[in-house]
Amino acid sequence: MDLSSINPIFFFAGFFVAATPLIFAAVGELVVEKTGVLNLGVEGMMIMGAICGFAVAVESGSPLLGFLAAAVGGAALSLLFAFLTQVMLANQVASGLALTLFGLGFSALLGQSYVGVKPPRLPDVNFGILGDIPVFGPIVLSHDIILYLGLVLVVAVWALLKYSRVGLVLRAVGENHDAAHALGFKVKRIRTLAIMFGGACAGVGGAYISLIRVPQWTEGMTAGIGWIALALVVFASWKPLRLLLGAYLFGGLVQLQLNLQAAGVAIPVEYLAMSPYVMTIVVLVLLSRDKGAAPGSLGRIFHASS
Amino acid sequence: MTQPLLSLTSLTKAYPGVIANSDVSLKIAPGEVHALLGENGAGKSTLVKMIYGLVKPDSGQMQMNGQPFAPAEPSAARTAGVGMVFQHFSLFDAMSVAENIALGMENAPKLGALSAQISAVSEEYGLPLSPDRIVGDLSAGERQRVEIIRCLLQNPKLLIMDEPTSVLTPQEVEILFKTLRKLSAEGTAILYISHKLEEIRTLCDTATVLRLGKVVGHCTPRETTTREMAELMVGKLLQTPTRAGQQAGDVVLSLTGLRAPAPNAFGMALKDISLELRAGEVLGIGGVAGNGQDELLAALSGERPVPRGMVHFKGEDIGPLGPTARRERGLLTAPEERMGHAAAPDMSLTENAMLTGAVREGLDKGGFLDWPAATRFAQSIIDKFDVRTPGTHVAARSLSGGNLQKFVIGREVMQRPEVFVVNQPTWGVDASAAAAIRQALLDLAKNGAALIVISQDLDELMEISDRFAALNEGRLSEPRPAQGITVEEIGLLMGGAHGMEVAHV
Repeated sequence: MDLSSINPIFFFAGFFVAATPLIFAAVGELVVEKTGVLNLGVEGMMIMGAICGFAVAVESGSPLLGFLAAAVGGAALSLLFAFLTQVMLANQVASGLALTLFGLGFSALLGQSYVGVKPPRLPDVNFGILGDIPVFGPIVLSHDIILYLGLVLVVAVWALLKYSRVGLVLRAVGENHDAAHALGFKVKRIRTLAIMFGGACAGVGGAYISLIRVPQWTEGMTAGIGWIALALVVFASWKPLRLLLGAYLFGGLVQLQLNLQAAGVAIPVEYLAMSPYVMTIVVLVLLSRDKGAAPGSLGRIFHASS
Repeated sequence: MTQPLLSLTSLTKAYPGVIANSDVSLKIAPGEVHALLGENGAGKSTLVKMIYGLVKPDSGQMQMNGQPFAPAEPSAARTAGVGMVFQHFSLFDAMSVAENIALGMENAPKLGALSAQISAVSEEYGLPLSPDRIVGDLSAGERQRVEIIRCLLQNPKLLIMDEPTSVLTPQEVEILFKTLRKLSAEGTAILYISHKLEEIRTLCDTATVLRLGKVVGHCTPRETTTREMAELMVGKLLQTPTRAGQQAGDVVLSLTGLRAPAPNAFGMALKDISLELRAGEVLGIGGVAGNGQDELLAALSGERPVPRGMVHFKGEDIGPLGPTARRERGLLTAPEERMGHAAAPDMSLTENAMLTGAVREGLDKGGFLDWPAATRFAQSIIDKFDVRTPGTHVAARSLSGGNLQKFVIGREVMQRPEVFVVNQPTWGVDASAAAAIRQALLDLAKNGAALIVISQDLDELMEISDRFAALNEGRLSEPRPAQGITVEEIGLLMGGAHGMEVAHV
């Protein structure tokens, strides 16, 4: 075993990259759940985003167009969920699970001709002279624009939910949909928009895996990140900033186990591979003491006549 | 009469299978307090929902100050000066008072400025309320203040109040009425929905009575007796339950220092409750909702077993026993919530009869269910308690509230309980069905059963109780004879006015 082979700069820079798909997927789901909808289809929407983004980036040669396509792909799949749960009033848990299964299968079909293809690379943002600051520069200021967008998105969602009228209405719909309806808010429209936002975010998160983190296309490459995102939202008690913390914890653990594998630690690979998932959940369970934070109408079907 | 503020002309609204309003017309003048009377299902709620823009009428016109008025949604109605205080509060538990109020306003100001406005209005109308508190922690009376202040901040010309006093103590009602009179003196018209006739006589200038969606009469409440109004509402003569007045027998149920922690964040802990219940007596337990009623019922039914030594049934310690074991011994209960607690909404009446009747009616033989016997049992409940239903096969959900209530109460009464605990036996039930249920409870007591009736309807408790006690903050007051007790005394037992003060007129 040779721990000295781990480069601390690359190691910490990897934190951010590993956490970003999770940040996007989780912050999108957080908004969805704040409106009272439980969408278990995050994994499916991520993988759809991963293939849509990958395909468009390869065909057009533009990674940014790829991310745009990923957002559209994720949102399009989420519309199916919105139709099932908001129009047909289907059970949200069953619909979400179906969405994941459908997304995994459909993305594999779409991606058949892209296996082994190399996607165009998204350049890192040039921070000029700031990027030359020792340690800080290479760790924090050496990434692509999407990664920073993820951070901005979390802060924006936090501020929106806490300080804006839109955020207040959104929380109100999730807290008590009957009361919100009685006050004249369009419960279904607000929820549908939130579901589409969640889908777009999950799509971008998926594309971040296929275009930047890995970067290649393989079937089922999201590897359960969507499920971790769902757990993260709950254990972060629906708080965006705590969610960011959990995502970095997970990203750090993924990075650590990869480095340990590379360094040849004498622990079976399977244990190392599962450790980030286990550790993240354990830590977040310990953190999430205030169980009352769940939106009051979460997962309940809204029908205007009742 | 001056030009009416609001006039409705032949409004009609039909839902599939039922005409909620048929050709309803009425006029409200500025500053008038107008009562809308009627049984459950008479169409009062549909009518006010049309005025508030939640429901569109099929035909008919509304006019506000002589102009056509057809709000497409509540925000349009609010802009036109209509405010509404809902029967089931339209509040968000996890949010602060200020946030709740902001949600119900058009062009809400910033939260800081809004908090200042809330404090000013609550001061002016004697409705103290802190803008930063979380609504989930407030009492029912305080929650209502949130709704009222939400309306007042928009300077309404018409304030609609849907059953506002059902959750208040008598003292709180008095203060609410002072606020409403002040508003009316300032020129705000009030449309007041209630079926508490005594209140309408004290507060309202005029009344319109609805029955089965039609206007059946107008009256001036101050010049009409409550009995006349009640008979106008139900369209037939009312029978007052009769009671035998008899000696109480042996102690059958005793609670000694009963304590139980709160089941959840918004629940109430039971604190040191002691009482003795004798055969043949009816103990009425009053109190504002959320003061431990549900928790007390759960402790008595066995849904939440309690430690040894706290609950004795005929001398036997039954604290740790569950509901089935308690039923077997003769302690039966009927909870408040019909749908989902007392009855499983999607199961048939036969299945629902089986659910609580299996033990005492012998419907369960060696693990096999005797469905023919359960059907006969369900049918006998339907016959005896006049439950209007096509048969025993229909789902509990499809029965109206009053009919289902008769069924769930009847189901327990038919099992010959020795002690029967019931929470809100006539909640949301029309007057004639309520009278039938009260009579059945009194008959049960006459035949030697002991009853605990938990209710928020004080008139009901006065009518059927031998002794009265009140729950306040999870504590039970010393039971005292119901005969001769005054409304003021009851109000004080229930916790007084919860810090409200009289309007600074």
